[in-house]
Order: sequence, then C-alpha cells, then structure tokens
Amino acid sequence: MSTNQPLPDDQRVVITGAGWVTPLGTDIDTVWERLLNAESAVAPITHFDASTFATNFAAEVRDFKLSDFIEDDGLHSTAGLSTQYALAACQNAFKAAKLDQHSIDPARIGVYLGAGEGVLDYEPYMAANVAAWDHEARAFNPKAWADTAYAGMTPAPELEQEPQLTALHIARRFKAQGPNLNCMTACAASTQAIGEAAELIRMGEADAMIAGGCHAMIHTLGITGFIRLTAMSTRRDDPSTASRPFDVSRNGFVMGEGAGIVILESLASAKKRGANILAEISGFGSTADAYRITDIHPDGQGGAGAMKLALEQAGIDPHELDEHGNPLVQWINAHGTSTQENDKTESNAVRSVFQDNAMKVPFSSVKSMLGHLIQAAGAVELITCLKAIETGKIPPTANLKEIDPVCGLDHIPGQARDCNPTGGVNATLSNSFGFGGQNDCVCLTKYTG
Amino acid sequence: MTAPHRSVVITGLGTICSIADSPDTFWESLCDGTTSISAIESFDASGFTSQLAGQVSAKVRDWVPKSYRKATKVMARDTELGVIAAKIASDHAGLLTSGSDEGDTGFQINPARTGCQIGAGLIAADTAEMSRAVVTATDSSGAFNTKEWGTEDDGQAGMNNLPPLWLLKYLPNMPACHVTIIHGLQGPSNTIMGAEAGALLSIIESTRVIRRNAADMCLTGGAESRINPLGLLRWDYAGRLAESVADADPSEIIKPFDPSSQGSIMGEAGGMLVVEEETHANKRGATAYARITGYATTQSINPTLPIFDEDPADDEALSRAIDIAIAQAGLSPQDINAVLPLGIGDANLDAREAGAIRRSLGDHAETVPLVTLTERIGNTLSAHAGLMTATGALILHHQHLPALTRTLNNSGVYTPDKNTPIQHILICTSSLAGQCSALVLSKI
Repeated sequence: MSTNQPLPDDQRVVITGAGWVTPLGTDIDTVWERLLNAESAVAPITHFDASTFATNFAAEVRDFKLSDFIEDDGLHSTAGLSTQYALAACQNAFKAAKLDQHSIDPARIGVYLGAGEGVLDYEPYMAANVAAWDHEARAFNPKAWADTAYAGMTPAPELEQEPQLTALHIARRFKAQGPNLNCMTACAASTQAIGEAAELIRMGEADAMIAGGCHAMIHTLGITGFIRLTAMSTRRDDPSTASRPFDVSRNGFVMGEGAGIVILESLASAKKRGANILAEISGFGSTADAYRITDIHPDGQGGAGAMKLALEQAGIDPHELDEHGNPLVQWINAHGTSTQENDKTESNAVRSVFQDNAMKVPFSSVKSMLGHLIQAAGAVELITCLKAIETGKIPPTANLKEIDPVCGLDHIPGQARDCNPTGGVNATLSNSFGFGGQNDCVCLTKYTG
Repeated sequence: MTAPHRSVVITGLGTICSIADSPDTFWESLCDGTTSISAIESFDASGFTSQLAGQVSAKVRDWVPKSYRKATKVMARDTELGVIAAKIASDHAGLLTSGSDEGDTGFQINPARTGCQIGAGLIAADTAEMSRAVVTATDSSGAFNTKEWGTEDDGQAGMNNLPPLWLLKYLPNMPACHVTIIHGLQGPSNTIMGAEAGALLSIIESTRVIRRNAADMCLTGGAESRINPLGLLRWDYAGRLAESVADADPSEIIKPFDPSSQGSIMGEAGGMLVVEEETHANKRGATAYARITGYATTQSINPTLPIFDEDPADDEALSRAIDIAIAQAGLSPQDINAVLPLGIGDANLDAREAGAIRRSLGDHAETVPLVTLTERIGNTLSAHAGLMTATGALILHHQHLPALTRTLNNSGVYTPDKNTPIQHILICTSSLAGQCSALVLSKI
C-alpha cells in the first residue's frame, strides 16, 4: 500500500469536517488556542460528590446544553450524556463539512464510533443493590433486587446505556443509513473507529463516514474502577497539574470526558461536491499486544507495530530526513496518559520506530491539559493533529517540569512550538492504546492534491 | 467494489451454546432438532418477567492452558464464553497457538498476521458483588452515599469492598483481550458492539481486514451472556423478552416467524470462527467449510424500540443489506438456497424481518428454506450471528438442511430435495439499535 504511486481518488480518504466537545470548550479554534497556551481543564469533580475519593478531580465538560447545538425536536429526549456530546460534536462537524448544504446519498453515509457506555441511572440502581442485600443471611437476594429494580428503574435510561444507541441517534439525526458500527477497545476505541472507517471507504462500502467517539465516565463507578486499579493520579492538593505526562513525578492519569467527530470522505466524493479538504488519512495501523490484561508489553512492541504499519501505509520512511534535517513526521500526538508505565513504554516504542531520529520527532501529550477522554480520546486528539497541520503549530505537554529519563524524548515541555520556520507540519501520528493491549495509530498528512 | 480482492473462507467453527460444546455436537443437535431452553439456574430469577433461558454448563477452567487458570478469576461470563468458543474454533481449524494443549500438532500461526474481532455486549457488573459492597456505604436514611464510598477524610472506604481488578472484569473488550493473550494473536483486534448483529459485524470486519491484507486469518464472531439480573431487566425493558415462568413450556412461547409466538427468550453462547485467506488455507491443507462471497452492513433509522414511536412494517435497511450482499456475490435472489435470519420470536419483529426478506427475494422468499436458532438456544445476542454463520457453513459442508427448517409461507416443515446441491446461503440479521448485516456463504 505504498503511496509512491498515488492511489485513485476513490481510495484516498480525507477529512472534510470536525467537531468536538471537550473539557476546554466546544469551539475548535478556541480550544486549540487554549491548548497552545498550556491551559489545564482539570479541577475538583462537580458531577457528583467525590470529596472522599482518593481522586476527587477530573477534566469535566462544563455548562453543556445540547439545545445550544441542535434544535430539540424530541428525537433525542432520552439520550444519555455521552450521546449528547457526540450529537453536538457531530452537528459541528457536519456544518464544517457543509453537509447541511450538500447532500450525499444517505445510503452511502455510514457511522463508525468508539462510543462508550452510558452513565448508570444511579438512584434506582443503587436502591436495588441496597435492597438486595440480606444482612441476616449475609447474602444477595435476587428476588429483592428484581422487586426494587422493576419498581424504580425505567426503560429509557437503561436502553440508552447501550453504547450502540449513540450511533443510532447519530444515524437518525444525520440520516446516515450506510454501515453503522460501534467499537469498544477502551482507550484505543475512537482511533480504531476512525482507522476502520477510512478502510471501509477505501473498500468502496461508503462515500463518507461519520467517525469518532464519545465517553462520559466521571461518575461514581467510573471513577471507582480506575481508583481501584490505582491508575489515576491522587494529587488532591494540586489537581490542575496532576496530569503530567513524561514527568518524573507523574503518578497516574486524570479522567476527562467529551466527544470528537470527524467527517471522513473519499477524495472523489469531496472533490465532486467541492468540499474543503482539511487533511488526508494516509495510514492506519492496528495491533494487539497479546501480553497481559493489566500491563503493556515493556518494549512497547505493540504500539511500535501500530506506528510502523501506519507509516508504511502512508509511504513515510521514519529514517528519512527533510532538507531541514528533520524527520518526515513533524508531530506524534502521544497516547501519553501520565501513568508510569504508558509514558515509558510509549517512549520506547517511538525509539524503536524512529531509532536515531527519535529525539528529533516532537512527541507531546494534550492529555496534560484535557485529561484522558477514554474512548473519546483518540478522536479528539486526531482533531488536534488536524489543527497542527493547519496552523503549523504543536501543542505542548503541560505540567512537564522534569522529563523522566526513561521517557527522554522531545516532549515539548510547557510551551507550544511553531514549526512554520521549518516548513510547518505535514505529517502527524496519533497514538491510542487500550487496556488489554489494543494499539492503534493513525497517520494524518497535509492534503496537497 | 475495488480491484480483485483476496478471497476469504471459513476454516474453523467454535460453537458453545445450550445444545453443543463442539462443531460436531452442534451439527448433530441441529439435525436432531434438539432444543435446550430451561429455567434459569445461575440465580433465583423468580422476580423477573422472563425466567427461561438457553444456558451453557461448561466451565472456562477446562478450556484454558493450566498457566492461565488463575486469570479466569477476572473473567465475566461473556468473556468465558468467548474464550471457550475461540479455543474450540482454533482447535477445529487445526491451528497451533500459544493456547493449544500440550502435544497438539497443527499449523503454527504467525502472530502478527492473525487478527481477532469479537462482537460483545455491555457486561453487567455482578449484582451480588455490587450489592455486598454498596451496603457498606449507606447514610442514615439507608441510601447509598458516595461520601461513605470513598477512602479519604471521613469516607467509610466502601469502594474497597470491590476487588482491585473489578473494572477489568467488565470492560467489553475483555473477551478479545483474553483471546488474543491466550492464543498470542497480535494482528488487528477489535470489539464490536452490535447486539444480535454483533458477530456478523465482526465477521465482516475480519473479512475486510483479510481482504486489505492486514492479516491472513482471524478469530472472529461473538460471545455474550445476559443471564444475570441487570442483563435480564434491561433486555426485558428493551421489549425483547417474552413473559415466561420457570416451568413454562418454551416450545409454546418462542416460535420464530409464527404469528402466535409469545416473544423471545434469552440465551448465552459463544460463536467464533476462524476465517482465512483462501490461498493461505489451501497451502496449509485446511478444510474450508464455506467461502464468504458477499457481505453488507446498513443502518435502520427507525428500529423497533420502546423509546421510539415509529414501527414500520418492514425493515428497508435489512433488505438493502441483503440486496448488496447478494449482488456482491454476483448472484440473483433465486440463487439463494437457504436463508438463516434472526427470527427473534417476537411476532412483530419477525414480521418486520420477513418483510425485508420478501422485499429482497420476491416470490422466492415464500418457499426458500429458513433455518433459525432462537427456538433451540434462545436469542444469544452478540454470539448469535456467529452461530448462524457456523450453521450456514455446516449446511454447505454437509449438503443438507437441519431439522426444524421451515418456509415463510408456512407450508410446514420443509423437506429438501436431496438431489439439489446447496450452493449459496444468506445469513442476515438486524439488531436492537437497527444495525443490519447480511452475509452470503457459498459452497467451496
């Protein structure tokens, strides 16, 4: 799949629109400026009373109202929070792609999301759990659970927790009747969704795909699960600097939430309707570690494999340098979670792919500011790649005071970098690695015709 | 479609459900017309509307390498079923993987060129475990209180009653993660959420992965069990379960495509396949059971759900998927020798599915043999289309139809003409959220 011979237009996939809902805002350019300014969205949790939790802070989406984005026509009255984020992001992406003005055959528009599960309907759910415990027998009573659950829990909130309901809402709102999929590969999901969606277009199954992801895990059991795994930062005294990827003092990730949606389209379709082409999906790599449920392979071989496959498909040689003496990839958007393990192994993976050039590839993590949007992370981060290509600027890793020598690459501490003097940003990699060992990487390049 | 593609065949079947724990027993049970739906045994279901299910008794410990037994403690039932089905499929395909038994012989897989796509559902947290934990964090009114749940300040550390790896048990990608780890599969791996369409969406993705040369073979299909309190409640709320008491006669309740059917019944299962690039399969001398000659996925924007008002008579999207799949296979509707639809058992949903089949197959729809699994094993959700595809592959391989085969015009039990070869089979299903998929399998 080398691009030495350019592929025909119907097998090239471009992005023609993007939208997001992030803890730093919902307008693309505003959020981008805030990222370049190293602003943190992390603060004490307000969605529920987390005051006694070892991690009592997160990067929350604030002041969100779906009606600010779409007219309320009753179509989405039961939609859960993460679905609402996805609908809002999709609305902006659709507008940006001018798909509200041009039409593509609805049967040729598909949806591929990495949408997370919905938020539990806590009050009646917990009431059932409490009622079901027989204190005398010290045993769970399913009959008591059922009686309380049937009395308190209601169909709509239960149904809307099914993750594929998000893709259904999107399909209904935007009349997308082509292929429709939702994947859940934890933190890798929306990168995987975008990569697979692009392949689906290349294979001729759709002309355009709505791709991305959403997740809202800042709730009692969402936070609990990661606290029990000791995966999250417990820096209760200094939440805004708690996410510090690649720093010697990093002690876990910080939860974020939101959605990112991109409109993928065959180059042929984009040209035909005169769409504004933002960038090209040139490569996608997907691998599995097949190592352990709880740990990443220490060499980062799975992540390295995903990056190599993406570069190979894009026809980019990681060992080649341009006329400025720089590698052909100007930015790697790191998975960079701020956990001890990820940042070390991901750095090892980058070293094994770029070898002698590894120190010359800017490699920063926007999770330092946005937190970790879990299933939505990959899509939101790919949109930052889009902006990097458009503006020639690379966002920093915020809160990075002392680079851990086991990471030790060009992590862009604290201050954004302007690459325009050296030819701008022409190619980026976006990494996403999921719990359980799923690794995905998308190579995004400047569209030059 | 683009350039000549790599052909994909099915070389291994992994079937674990209430009527089988191997491809051989599965085929025997299908041909005998065995059904296995009974009162729920894993917990007291007397408080639930639907108390029958198709259940699996196999224990995952017996299906993993000794060194992996400890890890089975963090497996939810869904994961166990996926792991068991994957092991059966891998063995059936004659593969030698890190999950093979000592002394096994077979084809040594290339890890980087072997993928894994599994359809899975939301895995419900164990209610007993949750109940025991949350009662340690109630306030004076007796209600759960997050302040008592935390460990800091004056919190009562209720959350510490959940095991440290609690979350890992319930991530939907765990079936695929355990399968890739057990068998050492390092190619593309995905977990697709599509309820009844989940396994077909996964099989189709595996086909794409192989066609685009990102892998030579994939373990693919689905696994799910919602036979637990939260799962049963949610599926009941989704309007997809019949009322049924524990001692009811299941054959009087679930009757696919029969207007007198009272509704559907839950099942648990794993349905995994080995799909493989055809020349790769031939080179290693594998038995190919069927060739995948056409596929399509589409979306219905008005599925039948209790939260929506619409309820159209037929499923245009499912019909569209069927049309595309048949065309991709280079066939016309008359070439289809048998159809394997979902036939969930709900009269309304079945009528809608029948409408789609009629829309696509025309007159041929009335008399083409139909084979369904729901009356035998229940609706096994994400596993179901994996088992449907295994059924299709077995029909093509053995060249005869199972018992309980019927037709849409209700002309009674269908008796196949033994002299007519079965060349092409259509497998199709819609799903809870309106995701539709169709697959055409052809005789090798």
